[in-house]
Amino acid sequence: MLDAKIPAGKLDDKWVDYKGHCKLVNPANKRKMEVIIVGTGLAGASAAAAMGELGYKVKAFCFQDSPRRAHSIAAQGGINAAKNYQNDGDSVFRLFYDTIKGGDYRAREANVHRLAEVSSNIIDQCVAQGVPFAREYGGLLSNRSFGGTQVQRTFYAAGQTGQQLLIGAYQALERQVTLGNVTMHARHEMLDIVKIEGKAKGIIARNLITGELEKHFGHAVLICSGGYGNVYYLSTNAMGSNVTAAWKAHKQGAYFANPCFTQIHPTCIPVSGDHQSKLTLMSESLRNDGRIWVPKNVGETRKANEIPEPDRDYFLERRYPAFGNLVPRDVASRAAKERCDAGFGVGTSKQAVYLDYAAAIERYGKIEVSKQGLSNVSQEQIIAMGKEVVKEKYGNLFEMYAKITGENPYEVPMRIYPAVHYTMGGLWVDYELQTTVPGLYALGEANFSDHGANRLGASALMQGLADGYFVAPYTVGNNLADEIYNAAIPTTHPAFEEAAQKVADRIASLKNINGKQSAESFHKRLGKIIWDKCGMARNKEGLTQAIKEVQALKKEFWSDLRIPGEINEYNPELDKANRVADFIELGELMCIDALTREESCGGHFREEYQTPEGEALRDDENFMFVSAWENKGEHEWQLHKEALKYDVIKPSQRNYK
Amino acid sequence: MSQNTMNLKVKVWRQKNAKTAGAFVTYDVAGISDEMSFLEMLDILNEKLITEGGDPVAFDHDCREGICGMCSLYINGKPHGPWQANTTCQLHMRAFKDGETIVIEPWRANSFPIVKDLTVDRSAFDRIIQAGGYISVNTGNAVDGNSLPIEKQNADDAFAAAMCIGCGACVAACKNSSAMLFLSAKVSHLALLPQGAPERKSRVLNMVAQMDKEGFGSCTNTGACEATCPKEISISNIARLNKEYLGASLSAE
Repeated sequence: MLDAKIPAGKLDDKWVDYKGHCKLVNPANKRKMEVIIVGTGLAGASAAAAMGELGYKVKAFCFQDSPRRAHSIAAQGGINAAKNYQNDGDSVFRLFYDTIKGGDYRAREANVHRLAEVSSNIIDQCVAQGVPFAREYGGLLSNRSFGGTQVQRTFYAAGQTGQQLLIGAYQALERQVTLGNVTMHARHEMLDIVKIEGKAKGIIARNLITGELEKHFGHAVLICSGGYGNVYYLSTNAMGSNVTAAWKAHKQGAYFANPCFTQIHPTCIPVSGDHQSKLTLMSESLRNDGRIWVPKNVGETRKANEIPEPDRDYFLERRYPAFGNLVPRDVASRAAKERCDAGFGVGTSKQAVYLDYAAAIERYGKIEVSKQGLSNVSQEQIIAMGKEVVKEKYGNLFEMYAKITGENPYEVPMRIYPAVHYTMGGLWVDYELQTTVPGLYALGEANFSDHGANRLGASALMQGLADGYFVAPYTVGNNLADEIYNAAIPTTHPAFEEAAQKVADRIASLKNINGKQSAESFHKRLGKIIWDKCGMARNKEGLTQAIKEVQALKKEFWSDLRIPGEINEYNPELDKANRVADFIELGELMCIDALTREESCGGHFREEYQTPEGEALRDDENFMFVSAWENKGEHEWQLHKEALKYDVIKPSQRNYK
Repeated sequence: MSQNTMNLKVKVWRQKNAKTAGAFVTYDVAGISDEMSFLEMLDILNEKLITEGGDPVAFDHDCREGICGMCSLYINGKPHGPWQANTTCQLHMRAFKDGETIVIEPWRANSFPIVKDLTVDRSAFDRIIQAGGYISVNTGNAVDGNSLPIEKQNADDAFAAAMCIGCGACVAACKNSSAMLFLSAKVSHLALLPQGAPERKSRVLNMVAQMDKEGFGSCTNTGACEATCPKEISISNIARLNKEYLGASLSAE
């Protein structure tokens, strides 16, 4: 059994006690300590800024051309915090409880409680940085509600909350660059961890412009490289989002936890053809007013607007009358898949359902009529007024939909389908966010710790910034206090030389395959295997088959890959090949993990384990643990378990009926 | 929706690196669906080049949903192509006709040197932010978020300026390669908020000095930047920048 090193004491006191007793590094010593941060999204940029402010010598790395481009920027809806500004009964405990329940009782209580505790500080910090959150006319901060909660605790900046938070963290990071505390290495990719005497002491990074391999020393290394949703090829992630940094850490001894816990978001624009390179999310907020339906008859040929009410099946409202269209993401996604699989899907691909705003437009129109005290108003006028209201609330999302599909969502229902969005799994970390390799940490989506088997909306931004601004500065410092006796190790040390040589050899062997197929084409095929067999629904037979297929794909990749161009130059195809090679290995582990977890929970739905009504059936007796996988070589992993103990919350079957 | 396919010619700027000369090369791309995005059309061209043993076209892109600011491209003489308030990654092929020739160039500005083909180096923007595009507040110093009410109009205007994605289209569109719209968006964002007040003067002076050092040109108010901005950042921000700069210059030590 793995030990998460959770501090003793009452749940409410653990973090306070920890902070009161952890070891400190004095300012003079901090200036001698070097910290490497890989990735500059919310977790990485906030950690770099906060550690730089403390006086550590920080080196930050990102593969994009600027730290401001990390994919946190694309988060739309908002960030949760237990401020209780709305006086609607929110508290640290309720945010903690909602997150544990939303995660289907597969997250660690102590970590989640700490997250809820620091959530308020995040909002204060961001406001102080000048993040322009939405405000009311009185000048105070505005809130809205999100799925899986009964309070309004989500802070937002229109549909661009991630952008504004990241720009805030980016500016704080750039300020530290100016002050000389952070050195920024953009267009660099981490390709290995350097370990000396069992501890992480640096990285090998490739300069993506020159192709040169660089050796960087650090007393600690923080992996903040995001999630691995792109293993599916098609996802809402950015094209460059990848698992490589986390996977290299895994290959160096860091356990990988719950890789099969992936989040499929219900409302995305459906795939339109084989050419598709990525999927676009339509914010969860659309489910507040939109109604989701499919035709009642298989083989329906009429256009959406021509199908009369009696021939429509509002399947979420039918199956979950209590929560209706606002059930959690995993439940909504599965229900849409079930209808499409049964032949009721719409659009040319039949892999889509309608998200309809007609009723909302009419409802808002009538409210406007009433507000303005009008009489003798025609139906057309009501609809026109309603459209104005919907435009004000969701205009930018409707525009995005129209740009991509060429259809006008004010006139015809949107077509949506679930798509891969977030990964709850990631590097296993203890309470201090340290992996199983001493000196190596994982923050944000790159770790596994806070969302269990399903993440609630507006909680990813919260976790990234919690880890970076408020957790890592304490926990990393606690361990660096023991490193003050160890001077920086020169990168001429044999361990650096060996690691660099290993990376160079691997790149050369990829390049020397000289086959016929592009990295992209392998990635597409990998994505299809994982989506079909380890996607929204999994079963033993499919997973067993998928493992064989992924192994065969790996063999083919290493014998028929083609990388154009040279190694020592700007070569995006080489970067991609490096990443796809790691995705293939991860894909195999995901299927193994999904096969081993013989229960259904959150985003992990094993068809063999469901209630008679088709809901996820957990097995707390046998599977209330974190699966942490240790790499043992080619195609080999050993399972370690961390038991999940619920001292405060009593796990129960989630019920949204 | 039914898909229409088309055959096109793309005339692309190819340049091995910053030190070598570049030239246009024309390629045929066939079977392009009008449902594809513009970058997916380039993906298809690259896949073809790779399988034929050629060198794929390098271009920057990442989120492909119009928010990260990484994509660029000068398409048929317009930054981010023909659609208004749009990024290249959100441009779709139904904007073009069967048989058309599409000309694709990189951002053209001395301060954005070419890395390869259509990829340019925009690190000058990061250095402008480093010169003062922030509020100096260390983590943990913040007061309660609601202790500082901000007039809604100011908060909304600050947000409208803060929407800038730092893509550089404003510079590419400007005949002088001026970075005034980018700079003014950041100065406005922070000047409109009370949190930004303490550093208001030094911020604008230092950021303008850095912009000049990077070699961006002067603003002559043609408005090309505003017209091309994918996030519709208003040119009124430049007026505010000028006011801020003047005020700071007159009262500086």
